[in-house]
Amino acid sequence: MAEKLYIEALREGLREEMLRDENVFIIGEDVGLYGGAFGVTKGLFQEFGENRIIDTPISEAAIAGAAVGAALCGMRPVAEIMFFDFFTIAMDQLVNQGAKNRYMFGGKAKVPMVIRGPMGCGTGAAAQHSQSFPAVFAHFPGLKVVMPSTPYDVKGLIKSAIRDNNPVVFVEHKLLYWTKGEVPEGDYTVPIGKADVKRDGKDITIVAGSIMVRRALEAAQKLEEDGIDVEVVDIRSLKPLDLRTVVSSVKKTGRVLIVEDDPISYGWGAEIAAGIAGSEAFDYLDAPIKRLAGLDIPIPYNPNLEKHAVPQVPNIIEAVREVLR
Amino acid sequence: MTLSKEKKLWMYRKMHEIRNFELEVDRLFKANLIWGTCHLSVGQEASAVGAIAALDEKDMITSTHRGHGHCIAKGGKLPQMFAELLGKETGYCRGRGGSMHIADLEMGNLGANGIVAGGIPIATGAALASKLKKDGKVTLCFFGDGATSQGAFHEAVNLAAVMKLPVVYVCENNLYGMSVPFKKASAVENAADRAKAYNIPGIIVDGNDVEAVYNVVKEAVERARKGEGPSLIEAKTYRWLGHSKSDPRVYRTREEEEEWKQKCPIKRYRQQLISEGIEEEVLNKIEKEVEDEIKKALEYAQNSPEPKVEEIMEGVYA
Ligand SMILES: Cc1ncc(C[n+]2csc(CCOP(=O)(O)OP(=O)(O)O)c2C)c(N)n1
Ligand SMILES: [Mg+2]
Repeated sequence: MAEKLYIEALREGLREEMLRDENVFIIGEDVGLYGGAFGVTKGLFQEFGENRIIDTPISEAAIAGAAVGAALCGMRPVAEIMFFDFFTIAMDQLVNQGAKNRYMFGGKAKVPMVIRGPMGCGTGAAAQHSQSFPAVFAHFPGLKVVMPSTPYDVKGLIKSAIRDNNPVVFVEHKLLYWTKGEVPEGDYTVPIGKADVKRDGKDITIVAGSIMVRRALEAAQKLEEDGIDVEVVDIRSLKPLDLRTVVSSVKKTGRVLIVEDDPISYGWGAEIAAGIAGSEAFDYLDAPIKRLAGLDIPIPYNPNLEKHAVPQVPNIIEAVREVLR
Repeated sequence: MTLSKEKKLWMYRKMHEIRNFELEVDRLFKANLIWGTCHLSVGQEASAVGAIAALDEKDMITSTHRGHGHCIAKGGKLPQMFAELLGKETGYCRGRGGSMHIADLEMGNLGANGIVAGGIPIATGAALASKLKKDGKVTLCFFGDGATSQGAFHEAVNLAAVMKLPVVYVCENNLYGMSVPFKKASAVENAADRAKAYNIPGIIVDGNDVEAVYNVVKEAVERARKGEGPSLIEAKTYRWLGHSKSDPRVYRTREEEEEWKQKCPIKRYRQQLISEGIEEEVLNKIEKEVEDEIKKALEYAQNSPEPKVEEIMEGVYA
């Protein structure tokens, strides 16, 4: 299997879906000639032209709303929001409109759209270009939320998201774009709503998402040297949420650490913790459920402060040792 | 309007400060000494300086992601600016904000902004406060051509127009919003044409002519101060460098860039001042002083302490 970058795998998935279905189009800021602020759509404008790779004015509400409207009328738009932070400007169209249309119209409508963009800190972009808040979207009935952590998953999930008949919030992370992993040629999908055990272990379960899956795997590798056998569950979809995979892992290990990229208060980790506590895994717990997540602060600019704002590999190692103590 | 020699030399000095500050920042970036990203306004100095020259000291501004020039013209301190870009505790935002978030509330600078059009409703709110408090202040609101496509622009300008708020909207049209030409982002030819929709004056000015900018903004500021409401001024200009740190500039030609470099607002003002009889030595002296000032400011920043990790949770709430 070929090794590919996350960003290449994502682009490949988008391209293959555009070739497969002429109703698929991409709309967003600087996605055309420029190829997207991070380069996700590079080359697609040359291949598909300006009617299917649509550069818009700087108008996130219009981008999201145009995607909702086009989707209602049978298209399958993929809207790019340049930075995850700017989803807030697209919020009404996504949350009050797209998420609601089907149920509110008595099941008559469908809104098959994807809205995607990169969250996360680690690039010095400061408070308005670094936020992670995927859980916000998981709070709204009608939206699906996925956040792939590997090149394999990003290609498979973008395909599932585009083929899904509901609005899907597709969460990328800036620091994942340039990571590598194996990606098979050609068509395959990864199901929405299915977690994935990225590493088998017996001593403790780490439940992580997005960039934190990579950090958890790195921590697991280091802990292995001390004879600690970590299982890493990549939550992969926040909505629908695959608690079953989490619960069966925790039943096996008896210990759990949840690692998130977003500020800790009201994060998705709380949802997982509540799910575990309310499940049959509760009786198997040998230690309290532990959460590790971002601090409750806007992301600071200074690189050292920024690093301390979200969990890093040493923090994960330390937290694992704490749970095992 | 005739400007005093003192004012003219102030404008010349400020344009130099901005140019030299930003070229130094560019160098620091290329040497990997500055973290994150930043947006330089090299080539656009006249619109920032000319517009702010038309304000009283008590007046306020809101700025943008391309905000170093606005900050400097509004009396921003170079040492604190460099310190912020280097992420130091002595910086304007204690190293928490970086280039895109420098604010100098004491000088009436309500902040640069990472959100395109994010400052426009805020300027409107500042003007609302002035109206309610009757403090006689005017707010000058800077934004780019790209920002005029945001709903926030239209909502805020309309609100100010309806309420006749003391605010002046200054669109620095540098022909592109990132890679997208204004022509492709707007169905009207000029950003100033958008003023018609709100029944306020829309004025186009050569943004590379510092005195021309001063004159139109001055009139709009007086109008605002008298309670006659907002104006929309469009300063046509050009950014010489890429949009941000990494921009191969595939969306425009090198010839176009060269053409605009010929219209350098600083060189042009220098020639104008000399033709008006100001001695070259006076201008040379200003240039030399600015150079020294930049050097000292950078040294201050480099010798400043880093923020303390133990204080990371401070300052979220008042
Ligand atoms: C809401 C929002 N959308 C997109 C961006 C990304 N972005 C930053 S600057 C910029 C272009 C802004 O163009 P313009 O308003 O003309 O200002 P200029 O950069 O030309 O000074 C874009 C798209 C952003 N920062 N905020
Ligand atoms: Mg512009």
